[in-house]
Amino acid sequence: MAFAVLASTAPSTTSAPSSDPVARRRSPVALFLLLPGILYLVLFFLTPLVSLLLTSFQAPREFGDIGQYDYAFRWQNYVEVVTTYWPHIVRSFSYALAATFFALLISYPLAYFIGVKARRWPLLQSLMLVLVIAPFFISFLLRTLAWKQLFSDESYVVQSLKALSLLAPEAHVTGTAFSVIFGLTYNFIPFMTLPLYTTLERLDVRYLEAGNDLYASPFQVFRKVTIPLSMPGIVAGTLLTFIPAAGDYINASRDFLGGTGTQMMGNVIEANFLVLQNFPAAAALSILLMTVILVIVGIYIKRSGTEELL
Amino acid sequence: MGDGAFADRGADLQLVGIEKRFPGFTAIENLNLTIPAGSFFALLGPSGCGKTTTLRLVAGLEEPTNGRILIGGADVTNQKSFQRPVNTVFQSYALFPHMTVLENVAFGLRRRKIEGPVAKAHEALLLVELDHLAHRKPQQLSGGQQQRVALARAIVNRPALLLLDEPLGALDLKLRRQMQLELKTIQEEVGLTFLHVTHDQEEAMTMADTIAVMNKGRIEQMGEPQQLYELPKTAFVANFLGQSNLFTGPVVSTTSTAIAVDVSGQKIVVPLGRAHRVSGEVTIGVRPEKLTLHVDAPAHDSGRNAMGPGKVIDVSFSGVSTQYLVAVPSVGTLVVFAQNMAFGPAAHVGAEVWLSWNVDHGFGLDDDPADTPRFEADLDTKTIAQQRRSSLITELEEA
Repeated sequence: MAFAVLASTAPSTTSAPSSDPVARRRSPVALFLLLPGILYLVLFFLTPLVSLLLTSFQAPREFGDIGQYDYAFRWQNYVEVVTTYWPHIVRSFSYALAATFFALLISYPLAYFIGVKARRWPLLQSLMLVLVIAPFFISFLLRTLAWKQLFSDESYVVQSLKALSLLAPEAHVTGTAFSVIFGLTYNFIPFMTLPLYTTLERLDVRYLEAGNDLYASPFQVFRKVTIPLSMPGIVAGTLLTFIPAAGDYINASRDFLGGTGTQMMGNVIEANFLVLQNFPAAAALSILLMTVILVIVGIYIKRSGTEELL
Repeated sequence: MGDGAFADRGADLQLVGIEKRFPGFTAIENLNLTIPAGSFFALLGPSGCGKTTTLRLVAGLEEPTNGRILIGGADVTNQKSFQRPVNTVFQSYALFPHMTVLENVAFGLRRRKIEGPVAKAHEALLLVELDHLAHRKPQQLSGGQQQRVALARAIVNRPALLLLDEPLGALDLKLRRQMQLELKTIQEEVGLTFLHVTHDQEEAMTMADTIAVMNKGRIEQMGEPQQLYELPKTAFVANFLGQSNLFTGPVVSTTSTAIAVDVSGQKIVVPLGRAHRVSGEVTIGVRPEKLTLHVDAPAHDSGRNAMGPGKVIDVSFSGVSTQYLVAVPSVGTLVVFAQNMAFGPAAHVGAEVWLSWNVDHGFGLDDDPADTPRFEADLDTKTIAQQRRSSLITELEEA
């Protein structure tokens, strides 16, 4: 998803030499080779999308059972989901934003160390990369459940915090905004670290030396040279974190790290589809989520000015 | 260096007992060097001789293992790179790719909070005749233009000391000549101290007031370009700075003004004032352009050294001059550069020739001949000549 978005902005700078006659000539072989891909996209992306869009405008069947809907153009579905679920929508994006922020805060120094400082020791570099990816060897659900255990009221962590009076005696950790954002941050750190690593690994330290030579203190060099040069990695990493985090429903679920007050859009979509069988509402929420993310991503890429760096 | 102010003039640089060791090897050992304020100083040497390390030490990008660095009398050894009144034109230029040319040039000014950075950056760009490209990105410029931006970015800060790390290496010959001239003009105009690191002996000789020839982490010889060329002290200098014909032999007689050396039975005289060693086994030499080619044995002349007969083994024409390789039995191969005063070569391959040169043009090296294998230098010039010839042949074949 994120890569599709990134790729779609790239041709704006590279499409200039389209006058090349070779590139413009349509080859039947190329079309033939593209066919499986196109077919796949039509079947598994376009069709469900259209179906989702149609569902989002469905109206309940007159005198029908729960879960029975007819095709219509009931745009009020959108108004209803926004008025009912606006706290969840706001929460989704603010949690995702917070998780992206913290993931960036943790991943940047990590990626910088692996990609720049550890260059002299390739073995250490590979070892650290393996450590970043290692959590993927264990299921996402299991890892989140493990955190639930660690944060439960009876856990050593919470008990110790309470014993040290760092936590009020009646307080809980699971089911709070903290635990959900923590879970999101934790689960998406590899998605942030890897793209950051790939750009920082290519960072030419001679630019940093030039910055130092031109009277910039280490902090100024970081802000004026390192950050702008690693922008492609920052953009890719934040998108790869923000987009799935905004739609995530595992971390915020009551069965995992969330509670009733921490439900995100993913949770209400799940509830509407599977429990309430309010398919139009769930579809409308899904379309809404997708649109908002697309708009945010579009503005973000435009503003960060990374088109030419990508 | 304080914020908001330029250095009012160039400062002198002093390196005292500098030593730099990297894990596994010593890059520089006991380097002592003083560069007077306002001079154009060149550090010349082959790659790996420690010249770039010296420059990086001065810039503060490396820390010396031992020794002190003083700029304008102030000890900067413990200062960080960004605190030193020094700017560098990097070999790779290192222009920030995310900034325009103008912002690149204004970068140092902004960091030091100097008033009117944009106006001053434009001024510097005018000086290198690139102001019309101020709003381009560095990637959109040619190599020569990037080099000039890198220069503008450094000199706009009016550093007390400007370091140039082979900045002309990537340019073609014509552009290099042009930039050499520009650099020299700028240096004279703004009166900065320039420390130029290069492996190009011609560049060093045309631009610098003083050259230090560096080899294996040490300075072999230091002096004005002409002095270095005419009176090299070591075989390394004699061959790195231009070409030389070197001979080794024992000193057979000494007068109050000259020494005579026996080179495989031929007596060669060198003035006492131009010989660094006056007894025992010595290495003496003469520059190829000082040699005269004779087709008949030259008459004895006490003012000239003669050698021969030898056989011409190669003739290569290079426009202004012709290079002859002459094999003299039991001495080795000598290189002769002869000005093309007449049409056609003076001698053809296979011809028997004699060589002579003015006694005052010879020089005696300081090297202990035992250190270096006999005629190593001759072999070296021969390979150079052969390489030139083969490259010339391929060039002609391509044309």
